[in-house]
Amino acid sequence: MTTHPTLSDIDRYAGGDPGLDEATVWSIEVHLEGCADCRARLAGSTTAESRALIAEVAVAVDREIAAGPAPRRSHAGIRQRVLVVALLPWVAMTTTVLVTAALLSHLLPEMPSLVLLLAPLAPLPGVAAAWSRRLDPAWELIAGTPSAGLAMLLRRTAVVLALVIPVLAGFGAGQGELALMLLPCLAFTAATLLLGSLVGVHRAAIGLMVAWAAVVVAPSLATAELPVLLEPAATGAWAVATVALAALTLLRAGQFRRLTTF
Amino acid sequence: MRAVSTAETAATTHPWAVHAEGLKVRAGRHLAVDGLDLSLGTGVHGLLGPNGAGKTTLMRAVATVLKPCGGRLTLLGCAVDGRADLRPARRALGYLPQHFGFYPRFTVREFVSYMAWLKEMPKAGIGEAAQRAIDRVGLAAKADARLRTLSGGMLRRAGIAQAIVNDPQVLLLDEPTVGLDPEQRLDLRELLRDLGTDTCVLVSTHLVEDVAAACTEVVLINEGRLVWQGTPGALASLGDDGHAGDSAAERGYSALLRRHRAEAAR
Repeated sequence: MTTHPTLSDIDRYAGGDPGLDEATVWSIEVHLEGCADCRARLAGSTTAESRALIAEVAVAVDREIAAGPAPRRSHAGIRQRVLVVALLPWVAMTTTVLVTAALLSHLLPEMPSLVLLLAPLAPLPGVAAAWSRRLDPAWELIAGTPSAGLAMLLRRTAVVLALVIPVLAGFGAGQGELALMLLPCLAFTAATLLLGSLVGVHRAAIGLMVAWAAVVVAPSLATAELPVLLEPAATGAWAVATVALAALTLLRAGQFRRLTTF
Repeated sequence: MRAVSTAETAATTHPWAVHAEGLKVRAGRHLAVDGLDLSLGTGVHGLLGPNGAGKTTLMRAVATVLKPCGGRLTLLGCAVDGRADLRPARRALGYLPQHFGFYPRFTVREFVSYMAWLKEMPKAGIGEAAQRAIDRVGLAAKADARLRTLSGGMLRRAGIAQAIVNDPQVLLLDEPTVGLDPEQRLDLRELLRDLGTDTCVLVSTHLVEDVAAACTEVVLINEGRLVWQGTPGALASLGDDGHAGDSAAERGYSALLRRHRAEAAR
């Protein structure tokens, strides 16, 4: 930082005094660029002539801005749209299945709650669609970009969860089983991502859905009893499983940079 | 006019933009690239080879989409064959896949902007860069048309626009001339020559005359191995009237392949 020019120098600079030599003008200009205080002093010493010029320029700039093309709308909307458009059919399908399950449970009160049995699987079709070679047409383009990776997958998964969880929460609050409705669903989402880092998210989602249907849903429908896993006592275990699976997924973040998980 | 950052003016510390040593890449179970040695610098490199030679698999490996199962591959000095961070190399990469998928409801501008965002370009520059890329491929009149309304040749050009939107240092174009009419092909050659002055461009194609006209170097591969690398002029001088083909370059191409197959048979 140079020493501040004197007020009289600034006055002479503002007035365009021909007596001021070029070297002094340059040093004042360099100083003004970096010193707000001196710029304020300069504003106080401007002549009527230069104020009129500045006002004229301001009017001209405003006129050009008004006449020019409107500023382009932001591109932020595109990113959300691609997700919503691609995922909406899957989420809509899930919601339909859940509503049907709720209706069936209502008609057959002696059976265990179908919604509770299917809730853990609710986000999986959407998660599979979010990161799938078959369902994302631009997979080959995306797989070669620096954004491809766990952060992108998590962003897409968050969109799916944001669409699915309100539906589940609606059913859960109605039956007073909010935690049992949501925790298994989060645990299964984390498990899909973790397993997906090994065999691909699409395959992981299908595998987990088949396994849960065969091991838990089918037997409990056959015996007409809710499994131990979905009793209120199991809530703590589901919470621990969710946190552990999520942590393990983060440890395997590097695996998601390549095509193999698609 | 745009400010030039220090990163752009820094001296390069790598001798080749793309460097492969004993590269092996699987396509499914088949070893499509099998011990390929290749060094590419600045310029337009035409990748030639018969069907099933491993061109697309090689492109995918260089585009960091496929992980090599053996050998070494470096892009702009960054190793991209192991567990290393791929992001610096991917930021400097442009890739047009052979069959490129797209979101049919997007307009050309939205598609190119979305790809620019995925390539982690600074947000403030995306709109301008997308417009410039669309202008360069001659799609300005269709910039706000939806992708599903475009013809095959226009889609191909939209694909090239997304590949060049981030001013890549390594540009990979897999069959860029498919679906282009003769005039558009001439425009593309012009664009390739222009890009090749400061970029490493690798163009895979079946059209020998495109290579002869627009490329500074020819790379011929067969069965996953490098067969020959040299200038288009040297390729043309290899053939004589006894070889199949309608142009000097085509005769050179068939002469090389025939010689290679004869050597392999021995």
